Amino acid sequence: MTVLVASGRVWQRNWLVYKRLWHRSLAFGFLQPVLFLTAMGLGIGALMGGQDLAAFGGVEYIHWLGPGLLAAMSMQTATFESTYPIMNKIMWGRNYEAMLSTPVGIRSIVGGELAWSAFRIGSLAAVFLLVLALFGIVRTPLALLAIPFSMLVGVAFSSCLIAFTATQKNDVGFSAIFRFVVNPLFLFSGTFFPLTNLPEPLRAVAWATPLFHGVELIRGSILGQLDPLTAPLHLAYLLVMLAIGTYFAERLLTRRMAG
Amino acid sequence: MTTPSSLVHARGLTKRYANGFTAVDGVDFDVRPGKAFGFLGPNGAGKTSTMRMIACSSPVTEGELTVIGMDPRTQGREIKAKLGVVPQIDNLDTELTVRENLEMYARYFDIPNDVARKRADELLEFVQLDERAKDQVEPLSGGMKRRLTIARALINEPELVILDEPTTGLDPQARHLLWERLYQLKRRGATLIITTHYMDEAEQLCDHLVVMDKAKIVAEGSPRQLIDQHSTREVLELRVTDAVRDSLNGQLEALADRVEALPDRFLLYTADGERTLEQVNQRQIPIESALVRRSSMEDVFLRLTGRSLVE
Repeated sequence: MTVLVASGRVWQRNWLVYKRLWHRSLAFGFLQPVLFLTAMGLGIGALMGGQDLAAFGGVEYIHWLGPGLLAAMSMQTATFESTYPIMNKIMWGRNYEAMLSTPVGIRSIVGGELAWSAFRIGSLAAVFLLVLALFGIVRTPLALLAIPFSMLVGVAFSSCLIAFTATQKNDVGFSAIFRFVVNPLFLFSGTFFPLTNLPEPLRAVAWATPLFHGVELIRGSILGQLDPLTAPLHLAYLLVMLAIGTYFAERLLTRRMAG
Repeated sequence: MTTPSSLVHARGLTKRYANGFTAVDGVDFDVRPGKAFGFLGPNGAGKTSTMRMIACSSPVTEGELTVIGMDPRTQGREIKAKLGVVPQIDNLDTELTVRENLEMYARYFDIPNDVARKRADELLEFVQLDERAKDQVEPLSGGMKRRLTIARALINEPELVILDEPTTGLDPQARHLLWERLYQLKRRGATLIITTHYMDEAEQLCDHLVVMDKAKIVAEGSPRQLIDQHSTREVLELRVTDAVRDSLNGQLEALADRVEALPDRFLLYTADGERTLEQVNQRQIPIESALVRRSSMEDVFLRLTGRSLVE
């Protein structure tokens, strides 16, 4: 059995659990963007009526906001999928201990969990994209690229979070991750307002953080404004993050599981 | 050199953890195919660490270890494919049903779906859980969970089954049912490695035993051999009042090969317990109660380490 096949088994185990509630998960995945777009896009967007829309790339606020929310959703889903459930499989439910008594190895566990995270986020992104289409935000078939871009954002975060979770002895660290990493990124990655509104030093910080690059890729593909010069840079940033995260996830999980 | 007839071969096997603690200190043993091999010892003796090294889930620090003719350092995956592991703490998948636990585990071994289904049926019947196949794991009793864990460990038709304290924490009825199933397994020709701190479990199930204490093997043999070598045939257990206890002044020592003074009773090791009891009565030592029994592994352990097994 190759590492790839074994990764598939780890993925399959998650699917076995998830398939009992997939409809609930996707229904929630539909409802959430509808609520957000209605409240923030239409509600707040209406206040911006008649103002200069150049800051939003010449589109209405709701069109600018929607794709940003998809990127943020990808990060948040990855954070949920790769903290508590991973901790459960390490410590509370001891699933990994059971898997490691079989030919399934650490590399396959990391591969399977990342594939799972990609699948979950990919399916939610597809639903999200459908909502954006219903709101009339999607304007080009290139928008479909937003799905793989969302998956990439997801696995880039997941890999780093699995590495982090492998070092934790309890779940106290997770609330710090939510408060001091996920929330600031959610707010300051060009999701709700253009980074050009930030003072210069803060803008540089935002450029260095990962969600910003996801927002740029996803917004560019949905609005048909993907810049061929900067897009490869955003892509490279996320791929490097994924590579580093995966390397440490495997290393730290190995250290954790084999005493 | 690996003896061809041994499934597990260990020489100078040592486990030292990163904090410097030596859990297993240079042990030698050989597990023969088709036998039940037991590690008997108190908690912290090094049994679980030894198991984990055999199961390739903990790296060997020093020494020689061969499992099913392979080296755990380089062939962990190949070895694991042929092992069944029943861990000390249950690690069943509580998000899956009883049957799914077996079928999913089979998939980790790359066993095809149809074969997995067939084996799951057979094994559920074997561990008498066929009626619970569709239930979730959590409402099962401790004994049922253990039986399911054993069924899961057999899904890949392993050459060697490792059971780490299989009946710890179970009530007597559940223990007897489990022993009966393990005995059936043995009759089918399976090789078992069992750790336990219960002497009755060791006597019931094991053909060959090593007694571990403080990271070392202190004795080895069949339960019968160990008792013959390290204890007398019978034991006379005497209870006396504290006042009598203080006035004995070594009188009992003259009547037996060896005397152990436990907090609540004396153990007199002797070939003939009834005769020794007569001698005690002849000397008019006032006793509260007396019991003659055969020597057990508990006595062997007490003799070898000066301590009881279950403290």
